Amino acid sequence: MAVWVKKSECVGCETCLDVCPIGAISMSEGIAVIGDKCNSCGACVESCPHGAIKSDASDRKADISAFKDVWVVAETRQGNIRSCTSELMGCGRGLADALGQRLCAVLAGKEVSSHAGAMAENGADIVYLMEDKGLEEGLALPYVRAITDAVLEKRPAVVLFAATPFGRELAPRVSRRLGVGLTADCTGLDIDPETKNLLQTRPAWGGNLMATIISPDTRPQMSTVRPGVMKALPAEPGRKAEVVQLKVNIKPEDQRLNIQELKKELYKHVNLTEARVIVSGGHGVESKDGFGLLEELAGLLGAEVAGTRIAVEEGWLTPDRQVGQTGKSVCPELYIACGISGAIQHSAGMMGSKTIVAINTDPAAPIFAIADIAIVEDLFKIVPELITALKMKEGEN
Amino acid sequence: MDKLDIKVLIKQVPNTSEVKIDPHTGTLMREGMESIINPDDLHAIEAALQLRDTHGGKVTAISMGPPQAKDVLREALGMGVDECILLTDRAFAGADTLATSYTLGKCVLRLGRFDLVIAGHQAIDGDTAQIGPQVAEFLGIPQVIRAIRLEIRGDGLLAERTAEEGTEIVKSTLPALVTVTKEANDPRYLFVPLLMAAFEEDAPIRVWGGNDIGADEAGTGLKGSPTRVRRTFTPSHNKKIERLNGMPADMARTLVERLRERKVI
Amino acid sequence: MPLFEDTPAERAFRLALRKFIAKEFTPYREEWDRNRAVPREAWLKLGRQGYLCPYLPKEYGGSNLNFRYVVIMLQELTAGDAMCIGVTNHNDNSTRYIYHHGSEELKKRLLPKCVTGEAIACFAMTEPGAGSDAAAITTKAVRQGDHYILNGSKCFITNGMFADIMIVMCRVESPDVDPKKNYSLLCVEGESLKHIRRHQFEKMGRHGQDTAEIFFENCPVPVGNLLGKEGEGFKYIMEALGRERLELCIKAQVYADECLKEAIEYAKVREAFGKPIGKFEHIAFVLAEVATEVEIGNTFLHACVEEFIRGEDITKRVSMAKAWIPEMCNRVAYKAVQIFGGYGYMAEYRIARLYQDVRVTPIFGGTTEIMNLVIARQLGFKPIF
Repeated sequence: MAVWVKKSECVGCETCLDVCPIGAISMSEGIAVIGDKCNSCGACVESCPHGAIKSDASDRKADISAFKDVWVVAETRQGNIRSCTSELMGCGRGLADALGQRLCAVLAGKEVSSHAGAMAENGADIVYLMEDKGLEEGLALPYVRAITDAVLEKRPAVVLFAATPFGRELAPRVSRRLGVGLTADCTGLDIDPETKNLLQTRPAWGGNLMATIISPDTRPQMSTVRPGVMKALPAEPGRKAEVVQLKVNIKPEDQRLNIQELKKELYKHVNLTEARVIVSGGHGVESKDGFGLLEELAGLLGAEVAGTRIAVEEGWLTPDRQVGQTGKSVCPELYIACGISGAIQHSAGMMGSKTIVAINTDPAAPIFAIADIAIVEDLFKIVPELITALKMKEGEN
Repeated sequence: MDKLDIKVLIKQVPNTSEVKIDPHTGTLMREGMESIINPDDLHAIEAALQLRDTHGGKVTAISMGPPQAKDVLREALGMGVDECILLTDRAFAGADTLATSYTLGKCVLRLGRFDLVIAGHQAIDGDTAQIGPQVAEFLGIPQVIRAIRLEIRGDGLLAERTAEEGTEIVKSTLPALVTVTKEANDPRYLFVPLLMAAFEEDAPIRVWGGNDIGADEAGTGLKGSPTRVRRTFTPSHNKKIERLNGMPADMARTLVERLRERKVI
Repeated sequence: MPLFEDTPAERAFRLALRKFIAKEFTPYREEWDRNRAVPREAWLKLGRQGYLCPYLPKEYGGSNLNFRYVVIMLQELTAGDAMCIGVTNHNDNSTRYIYHHGSEELKKRLLPKCVTGEAIACFAMTEPGAGSDAAAITTKAVRQGDHYILNGSKCFITNGMFADIMIVMCRVESPDVDPKKNYSLLCVEGESLKHIRRHQFEKMGRHGQDTAEIFFENCPVPVGNLLGKEGEGFKYIMEALGRERLELCIKAQVYADECLKEAIEYAKVREAFGKPIGKFEHIAFVLAEVATEVEIGNTFLHACVEEFIRGEDITKRVSMAKAWIPEMCNRVAYKAVQIFGGYGYMAEYRIARLYQDVRVTPIFGGTTEIMNLVIARQLGFKPIF
């Protein structure tokens, strides 16, 4: 396989130089030259406004016009719709409007029909309802069966999953069974006004780079979407949707895995990905006792305590509380970073936070570059004062 | 359970803690970047070796990548893996997760009978965590994702996996695919005699291309990849930073005011 | 600054060792210094990964590794603050006398244990009255039936407290050997160890490293434990001398590198009078001079290593290296501490410990003065001293 420039058609516009993700293209005598580093990703082929860049990759264009509608796969926990599903509905609504197509909620589970109304109020035009006692939360295979069958029958243009642990277990199997592309952990979704392709933007290289991915020739286009990034729409009371029941045909081979036991006691309840406020600590917190102080602050804010990899490795925190590239990605309303330098390994997991407060003694710490509010001071001086200030009633100071 | 046949999927990745982005072009600067074995994959190898050491059997490490990805397979041999397959072929270049899962899956099938496929939960260069489930789907076997403990119980697999609020014990039939996280174990260090043997001519590393695994070229590499990178850019932080000044107590009070103004507390 | 470009296998070996040291040894250095001892488990860990006596052929459990791997181990152990484990002495000095001169029975019985770490070896030559003047040793062995009876004492013996195997330089009193040239090597181990006493020295630095005084009191050693021939002990030592000195130079060079690194790092972050101290001309120039000395040492050492690997006689050049590099290393350490100011004198700072640790480098393995003597002789002079 190869990618090359047809010299007679290249006008030297340099568009391809910017799109090459690895910088393999250079200009020579006004014509683009593809260098040895080229990994044949094809980004330049798509981008060339003059069609001068050619590739021998096979033409896999199918009839994609037959695929319509935007689907959101709803996720339930203990029978309740999760907040990330509402966010997806908000995002999906915008995509459906941009395409001039319908937004469909896919509601699958043991007993989920009671949520159909809420899906309608959240923006769904159609609710596909799939109920079966084999659809057990946390078990992917039966859901893979149900969703794949539904996609094959209804042929949607876009299918969105929440990038929760379950969504990220389920979506790859569905994409593999359908033989279509899947983009993981998207933080931005849009419709290309010209091609109507879904533009799926996600962090790459540990958040050092953002990449926009398309699946131009296959349908449906599938993404998992990072929770906490998209905005849910306000519910429209009384809004109605058509509810369509779909048959579920779970097979014995879909039941080869089952859950024996849930061990919640291992960690205290932690749900960083859905936390509104996170108080986080790094190297500067110095000890487990230091984290005791952060816990006190978190208690006052109704926040979760989290930390960097160092904090976990030092044993100050349990691993489920690690934020960053090798930990969890979070997008709370408020992220208070105490004694965290802000190396990319950490910031990759929290850059999306709405408001970032950074407290660090080192004025050159990279965390300040992404902070909204910066305090260059020892956290052990600030946090106790913060606790005092919070304990005072509003307006009292 | 008699002897286990275990395949481990491993990947060579750039050490992303050293990633440098060209500020002018917004592209990755690959020069001088160190290549390492993907961190989660070390835990996958360790999990496989522990099962082999308990039950007997064989561990085969499989990696898809350029010829220099042989380095990570040597590391696997240094840990105690029995044999390795390097999948390298120009036709594999430009693969997304769908094409990669096809290629790895074809290789597993080509190797014949197996009981377990173990992979790291995710790779630090892509962070997709898609390869495990996609290979499982290709092989038509169940999957345990984010496992932290594995045990062969009777003729099945008992595993503990992390869930959002704790952990779950799950039971699966074999064969199955498991992805492990770094909480699963402490990977062993390399054993010098094994590591040195891995650099000998007769080291058990087979290099296979598309024909060796019977892969259809339409399914591998760029041709087999439905996704395309349309563009890349550096994330912008065009935030207005407010720096607070004064005594700690003053700064704390101002901060509380600001947070209330922003309605985040 | 590498002494040579690693092959892919060497690179893999180096990275694996670096990771192992960083996790298993570096974090415990202070604890071991306080305890004045390295736990036995550290040796067993090294053995489990194959880092003990890797030069040995596979039949004894080794990996048949060449001198380049010796260099890598020295570099990584020194840079990782793991020199308090006397592993290079065990690997590259003591056990080699067994391998090169021991009987097959002795080799088969002892070397595999040296590979696993069950047995730690030491080399005992220096005596209270015989340091630079090695010929003055008085420890004596008298043949009685199938044993030698050993009497005398040794001092400054690395690994002496924990050693299970001692390679002891002594004089054998035997009718077959000239009493002036009767230096011989005995391998003291097993039951014989019941007849020795040991005493640990308190040192200026390198506190974790075990350095002992050993007393032999009518200690019986089986005649089979004689290494090589009676009266040839000095010859065996002279054969190994060049390599041993080269290894000491490598250690000293790495120490110099580390001191320089510490100083540069500190000069970048430490602020005084409103700016990093490295921005002051005096500090910057001191660093420039120090960096130049370190680079010169590295270049010369590189040449010596190459010559040694090619099998050339390095006696003169390695003596020059041993005379210069450890002295240079001490100059670098001195200046680095000065850049750190008061903090450089505080024990919790690495530079303070490096400063103490490097002081012995111009002393051990032949003092700078003895090196100058060797060099002078090579120049055709016979200095009186």
